[in-house]
Amino acid sequence: MIAVLDYGIGNLRSAEKALQHVGGDARLVADPDDAVGADAVVLPGVGAFGPCVQALNNSGLSHVVQDAVDRSIPFLGICVGFQLLYEGSEEDSTTPGLGVLAGAVRRLPPGEKHPQMQWNVLQAPQGGRPAAAGLLAGLPDPAWVYFVHSYAPEVTEDATSVCSYGGLVTASAERGSVWGTQFHPEKSGAVGLAILANFVAAAQASTGKP
Amino acid sequence: MRSVRVIPCLDVDGGRVVKGIRFTDLFDAGDPVELAARYDSQGADELVFLDITASSDNRSTMVDVVARTAEQVFIPFTVGGGVRAVEDARALLRAGADKVGVNTAAVDSPELVAALADEFGRQCVVVAVDARRRQTTPGVSPSWEVVTHGGRIPTGLDVVAWAERCADLGAGELLVTSMDRDGTRDGFDLELTRSISERCPIPVIASGGVGTLDHLVDGAVVGEADAVLAASIFHLGEYTVAEAKLHMAAAGVVVRPV
Repeated sequence: MIAVLDYGIGNLRSAEKALQHVGGDARLVADPDDAVGADAVVLPGVGAFGPCVQALNNSGLSHVVQDAVDRSIPFLGICVGFQLLYEGSEEDSTTPGLGVLAGAVRRLPPGEKHPQMQWNVLQAPQGGRPAAAGLLAGLPDPAWVYFVHSYAPEVTEDATSVCSYGGLVTASAERGSVWGTQFHPEKSGAVGLAILANFVAAAQASTGKP
Repeated sequence: MRSVRVIPCLDVDGGRVVKGIRFTDLFDAGDPVELAARYDSQGADELVFLDITASSDNRSTMVDVVARTAEQVFIPFTVGGGVRAVEDARALLRAGADKVGVNTAAVDSPELVAALADEFGRQCVVVAVDARRRQTTPGVSPSWEVVTHGGRIPTGLDVVAWAERCADLGAGELLVTSMDRDGTRDGFDLELTRSISERCPIPVIASGGVGTLDHLVDGAVVGEADAVLAASIFHLGEYTVAEAKLHMAAAGVVVRPV
């Protein structure tokens, strides 16, 4: 079972439906007890960083995140749910993030409209196409995905892809079993469904592991 | 990189897609979920549903359309029409909409825009602005007035000033419709969209008047729109979304290829 954490923020139905569409046994989970035994965890999120951190902590679901990380089961953060994994955000300097990934979330570079609300192309952080591994295995080239955001994690060594929007912006990252996408795979058409299918495959591979 | 989105618009009345000329003379254009899936497969970048049902009895019909769409369409979609309160927006977002559009209610109570942005994030909030060109003397820069109720009610608000205020209040995007051009097939009011796009820091969707694929190119290039919206050219089967995007790409506009 893939637990899609429902901490009262935004549209979670599309993440659940898209995972189910590619064969995942995805369920919205609002009670931390219902996440016990999950093979994988998805943390979606839209809106502002601070209220999302507070809602996640108040719901008790932040423990589910930490437990998934500790157990090294497949974990996917999407958009603000991805940003929450970092140490903090320029959007709300008083609220710390979960600190699962090193680095901070920064405002998008100036010079373009904010939010970035469009489809954009995934690139490797050093240029060229991103490595076809993990979440990004088997994607077409170029791979177009849908972004809606005004902030993004700084580009660190964990970044697996970036997009160009006034500068290079982190699009996805990976550390061990923890994955994150700044874009919305559940809203990125066939490319996004392929990414979610990669995650579902990882979840199924982890089924039954202690 | 900035890419331009192509957005088919589905006017929904009582659970069916309809299309009219200047908000009248409606005709039936099909099932909204079927059309949404077709446009998705043709490469539409987003979809907009406008609930034009006057009676509140049919609100649950729209929530059902949204829920059914979310089952099988995995691109972003906006739902507007009749959103007057935070709870209206919540019902649509919970059903699977990504963004909600507000129009008349924002004019009546601008604090609704801020309340929606606070509750759901500004990326969820699209303010629809219906604009009518004011009579101007030659040599004077054009200006537009915000109108509501399908263009019947003038508000006295200046469109560009209102657009800037909406951005300040927390709108994530503006859907700008020229009521002079809507349904005419004469092309977008390019001065209108450019005036707003140059002054506002948020994305602008151009709407109203598309009759040819060149109009879409003009909206992006001359009108400086971040997205172009059209209805009848797609519903009537004159052009597919794929043909529109090929035409735009050939004209040098960056679009997501089909």
